[in-house]
Amino acid sequence: MADVTASEGTLRRFLHGLPGVDPVGLEARAATLGTRSIKTTAKAYAIDLAISMIDLTTLEGADTPGKVRALCGKALNPDPTDRGTPRTAAVCVYPDMVATAVEAVQGSDVKVASVATAFPAGRAALPVKLADTKDAVAAGAHEIDMVIDRGAFLSGRYLEVFEEIKAVKEVCGNARLKVIFETGELSTYDNIRRASWIGMLAGADFIKTSTGKVAVNATPANTLLMLEAVRDFRELTGVQVGVKPAGGIRTTKDAIKFLVLVNETVGEDWLDNHWFRFGASSLLNDLLMQRQKLSTGRYSGPDYVTVD
Amino acid sequence: MAFEYAPAPESRSVVEIASSYGLFIDGEFREASDGKVFKSVSPSSEEVLSEVAQASAEDVDAAVKAARKAFEKWSTLPGSERAKYLFRIARIIQERSRELAVLETLDNGKPIRETRDADLPLVAAHFFYYAGWADKLSYAGFGPNPRPLGVAGQVIPWNFPLLMLAWKIAPALAAGNTVVLKPAETTPLSALFFADICRQAGLPKGVVNILTGDGSTGAALVAHEGIDKVAFTGSTAVGKQIARTVAGTDKKLTLELGGKGANIVFDDAPIDQAVEGIVNGIFFNQGQVCCAGSRLLVQESIQDELLDALKRRMSTLRVGDPLDKNTDIGAINSAEQLARITALADSGEAEGAERWAPACELPSHGYWFAPTLFTGVTQAHRIAREEIFGPVLSVLTFRTPAEAVAKANNSQYGLSAGIWTEKGSRMLAVADKLRAGVVWANTFNKFDPTSPFGGYKESGFGREGGRHGLEAYLAPSSPEGERK
Repeated sequence: MADVTASEGTLRRFLHGLPGVDPVGLEARAATLGTRSIKTTAKAYAIDLAISMIDLTTLEGADTPGKVRALCGKALNPDPTDRGTPRTAAVCVYPDMVATAVEAVQGSDVKVASVATAFPAGRAALPVKLADTKDAVAAGAHEIDMVIDRGAFLSGRYLEVFEEIKAVKEVCGNARLKVIFETGELSTYDNIRRASWIGMLAGADFIKTSTGKVAVNATPANTLLMLEAVRDFRELTGVQVGVKPAGGIRTTKDAIKFLVLVNETVGEDWLDNHWFRFGASSLLNDLLMQRQKLSTGRYSGPDYVTVD
Repeated sequence: MAFEYAPAPESRSVVEIASSYGLFIDGEFREASDGKVFKSVSPSSEEVLSEVAQASAEDVDAAVKAARKAFEKWSTLPGSERAKYLFRIARIIQERSRELAVLETLDNGKPIRETRDADLPLVAAHFFYYAGWADKLSYAGFGPNPRPLGVAGQVIPWNFPLLMLAWKIAPALAAGNTVVLKPAETTPLSALFFADICRQAGLPKGVVNILTGDGSTGAALVAHEGIDKVAFTGSTAVGKQIARTVAGTDKKLTLELGGKGANIVFDDAPIDQAVEGIVNGIFFNQGQVCCAGSRLLVQESIQDELLDALKRRMSTLRVGDPLDKNTDIGAINSAEQLARITALADSGEAEGAERWAPACELPSHGYWFAPTLFTGVTQAHRIAREEIFGPVLSVLTFRTPAEAVAKANNSQYGLSAGIWTEKGSRMLAVADKLRAGVVWANTFNKFDPTSPFGGYKESGFGREGGRHGLEAYLAPSSPEGERK
């Protein structure tokens, strides 16, 4: 695949040669899969899997070490009434909170993910973005969630987007790199497919829909499209890439719909938090309430799960 | 651990099926004149659902007379009054849609996902749509005051029992005709429930009559001299018989018959959506669809890529209990149909085509056929020419658009076709050259009451749906009635 990224021209030709996406058909397929009826044992399995796939996130200007430690406490022990509840996959924070989070989750398998590269807009010079990334990695982040330069993408400078992801990947060291496209800003499904391939060609470990900071974030359709992309990429190169829908997934029902998409598009190889994540915060409590309902037969309420 | 879906069956308790049903004539249910009955079984389990009356020639006569009598008043009602009844029927169908969906799934064998999300919404939509036309017939393009034809004799198939009933009855009633309808022998129940809905809606007696029975009932109906109009949907063989029966009479005739739809995939197609469209085209309703995309014409340059994707997708199809909400493929409608599909599929193998089906466990009771794909098919194979009416896809290849058009049109049928390309100019140019009543572009098996549906060549004549669908039930206005 190296010749694909040899020049702006070859990359453009490759990306524009990818099969187009028919939006009506894509959305219809996602909607049909959304009608799957997941009950009883299947629901219990899906809820635990979904909990274990959450990147429990706080990305606010008002974040403090106290808030981050509370979030980590929640990730480590999501349901104090049931210690058998799976832990979330990771906590996701801004770079300056990484050290606090790393200390809080020390000794557990919960990872610390940090957004970087001038998140969420990505409007900074490359050296600044690299410094931002290095800073998070140095503080102990296990995973980096970078944003692509949507301006460069939309003006057709695909190679620039590719080179930037590659440069960030290089400074990540052992940290796994998630590449956020901000699908709501790319606007068309053809663009989302092209961006997915740029990300994967540049070495992304995960491709991720959104920052959660714009109007349209993860949708079943854009996630289905990205699942098709990682499936096709593995077929072509043998390299498996993870997928992370983020933003707007708030209910158990929604989360299960996404897991059905994974199950029926890429299958069990991706049904693991090494390969699929949810970027979410309020989703966790809804999953916990549904989990309690399954085990007790009663709906509890918001006071039977913890605030973080 | 894999993500296995637990059983999610729709409840049967929403529908109450009586142990026997009579004929619906002149607003009342009655036994057949000679007391004959036959059984309706559930194709997914072979369980007997009910016993229904087998209408005799005498019963046909009684039903036609009742319809004739009702025609006098019904045809002279203001259109806005007829519309009220049709709107009422449409709303009752919506209110009872869950019950009707379960019933249809039990009697036909198709998955509940389809009856719930496709059949029933379309049934209600058809009644709503034609209700809207009832008081606007003067503006439908058939002259200032078009007249109804009289009594329509309608014979419908088993693949979409209630939907085909809606396609026939809604435009007929809107235009002021009365009807005698015969549902298919293997799927009589939803038409009998519809008879109940007519009573619930207060529809005047005799406007709708339902006669259950086998082919002999249908033959007696279309031959009856009191009928002014014959509408048939079903096989081309029976359609030809009906055309012979009707020839030389002044009965008007519309036929919607078989098909061998070509689904043409160009190398610039949206591949993932094309795969969905192919699956929907041939596996929707177990392929028992007259407009099914049963011939896949794929451009040779993307053949391998497309077939790999298609096989991968077919491996995820969920075959089994039609009442399970997660079932994609249900049962074949009857033992007879299963035998026909089996024989044709075997001929494909015997003639040298390569057969493939995903590993799937079929239930031990009932009539089942795994989704099947044939590659290496040529125009000379039976499976490329004859309508299989089952979940069997024949894959052929082409090199140029001209070759695709030539192969697609090289069929005795001309009902449906599909085109998959991201290039608009190609889409339009090819659609223009296809001799098919319906051409879908970047989609397949999409239906809407506003859109006319019908065939070329041995797929029949006349159109159902849309403004065009009214034409089959109206005579243009003329100075004095030249018809009875």
